[in-house]
Amino acid sequence: MDRERRLSEKAREEIRRLQGLYPQARSALLPALFVAQGEEGYLSEEALEEVAELFDLPLSEVASVASFYTLFHRRPVGRHVIHFCTNLSCMLNGAEEILAHLCRRLGIQPGETTRDGLFTVKKAECLAACDIAPMMLVDEEVYGNLTPQKVDEILGKYREEGSG
Amino acid sequence: MPEKLLTRYIHEPDQADITTYIRRGGYEAARRALRELTPEQIIEMVDQAGLRGRGGAGFPTGRKWRFVPKHAPVKYVVVNADEGEPGTFKDRTLMERDPHQLLEGIILASYAIGAHKAFIYLRGEFYGARRQLQRAIAQATERGFLGRNIFGSDFSLDVVLHTGAGAYIAGEETALLESLEGKRAMPRLKPPYFPAVMGLYSQPTALNNVETLCHVTQIVRHGPEWYKEQGPPVLFSVSGHVARPGLYELPLGIPLRELIFSHAGGIRGGRRFKACFPGGSSSMLLVEEHLDVPMDYESLARVGSMLGSGAVIVMDETTCMVKVIARAVEFYRDESCGKCTPCREGTVWLSQIFDRILQGRGRREDLDLLESIARNMTGTCFCPLGESVPPSLRASLLYFHDEYEAHIRTGRCNVLQPV
Ligand SMILES: Cc1cc2nc3c(=O)[nH]c(=O)nc-3n(C[C@H](O)[C@H](O)[C@H](O)COP(=O)(O)O)c2cc1C
Ligand code: SF4
Ligand code: FES
Repeated sequence: MDRERRLSEKAREEIRRLQGLYPQARSALLPALFVAQGEEGYLSEEALEEVAELFDLPLSEVASVASFYTLFHRRPVGRHVIHFCTNLSCMLNGAEEILAHLCRRLGIQPGETTRDGLFTVKKAECLAACDIAPMMLVDEEVYGNLTPQKVDEILGKYREEGSG
Repeated sequence: MPEKLLTRYIHEPDQADITTYIRRGGYEAARRALRELTPEQIIEMVDQAGLRGRGGAGFPTGRKWRFVPKHAPVKYVVVNADEGEPGTFKDRTLMERDPHQLLEGIILASYAIGAHKAFIYLRGEFYGARRQLQRAIAQATERGFLGRNIFGSDFSLDVVLHTGAGAYIAGEETALLESLEGKRAMPRLKPPYFPAVMGLYSQPTALNNVETLCHVTQIVRHGPEWYKEQGPPVLFSVSGHVARPGLYELPLGIPLRELIFSHAGGIRGGRRFKACFPGGSSSMLLVEEHLDVPMDYESLARVGSMLGSGAVIVMDETTCMVKVIARAVEFYRDESCGKCTPCREGTVWLSQIFDRILQGRGRREDLDLLESIARNMTGTCFCPLGESVPPSLRASLLYFHDEYEAHIRTGRCNVLQPV
């Protein structure tokens, strides 16, 4: 009863509101998982359990749905998540070298998080911005026509924000 | 020169605002339709315009809407805004730059089939489009263009913006419905689950692509005759090694050569054209001998490929085709939903063979092995995702056999170094 809750009351309310938008509440499961992920930055086992309760579903079912989709993180990620597109149009425009440059600058491999917890880099599939390839998504912002210099500038900007 | 319809205002920064959209003639078609036209008349116009779905399969839109039972008590419209086909960026652009054009199409489609609830299934990574659509829905609701008694008529419609969570297969229509019901995005067996008859929550559902619905807005606004005289228009997303990558609205049937060389500025750096995917990475690879093919449904089908989503990915002479196909296969391997064996296993095997060829450990028999796996996947996959792997793979083995051989023989790529 008294175990510590991972979802705030605000998050619970938001999930209930979402459930009301659909003829069947279960449709709000993905949106609800985004709300839950917003709380801690990733989906902990406890958070999944609480979502499962709100939907009256077994935990295994909710975990299985969450694991199907790439935007749900089951482990903590950095403050900024970089989705770097490596699909065809970006690859043809040098994405590999730019990604290698980015990873060198951060001292990590794709899939990893920097030691200071500021950045996580993930390889991404086509993000529908092939006209500005090579491109990446940092959190919700799109950056295209990338060059090594441009990558350095962008990283600098986020680092400044982080220390400011 | 035909006029641009769908993309006419996408470079105007204020087009996403409802006031500007209305000033430029927006929502007139929906208002007139709801006041003066019957649902049947709208479907008739869409038929006359010859509109075919722009999500990839190219099914006639009017015909699809007619499958929806007229007297069913509950029906839905679902918008496929999950745009994930590699090379395609038209839907995201339309939603970010002109979201009301889509909302107007949703009103028209809902009225045509008699739906009072519509869902936009938006790809999770499209944050910009989400912001624009949220604002557009709020603006339209405030003006009474969405909600109860739209434009003072007795027609009501709610639009719910729903976000996906990262899965290419969720773009397949039945997988999308599963996902919208809060499940893993796995395709359903067809028949009986054609969405028009049995879709969301097992109710009749008109499921359409974003671009398709934007065409509907333009068809009703201008009338099917004039619309057809402008092409009919199609959106092409051109990327890769061209001088001017971008979104091009051009008449259906424009020759591939003209699209690449006149509109997209030709090959960058004065290099030679080598190959392209004409309709996204799921369409069969084309080479120089295909350059004069008209970009329409039938002509592309005749050469074994398809118009698909209209995404032309262009490759120049410096491109390693083994690497390109390897990357495409890797995409389908990672995005396979795992439901059927030929796709789940086939893509993994193919990837392993490509890996060893690219790492210089290729074997002579690998080429036959690739061919035989491709053959075994053909016609045996549960959905089109798996089926889209073999055609380009086999085309590459045919047209670029030398490149594969050289990789295996020398253990490295020889494309850039003339032998
Ligand atoms: C693997 C796969 C992915 C697809 N992805 C999309 C997509 O992202 N957007 C889309 O509109 N259609 C996509 N489709 C096509 C849809 O299944 C469906 O045909 C389309 O949304 C119907 O709308 P339309 O008739 O307006 O084209 C995909 C199909 C498959 C097999
Ligand atoms: S072909 Fe691939 S994506 Fe389609 S059902 Fe089979 S495993 Fe899933
Ligand atoms: S291939 Fe990178 S955005 Fe499309």
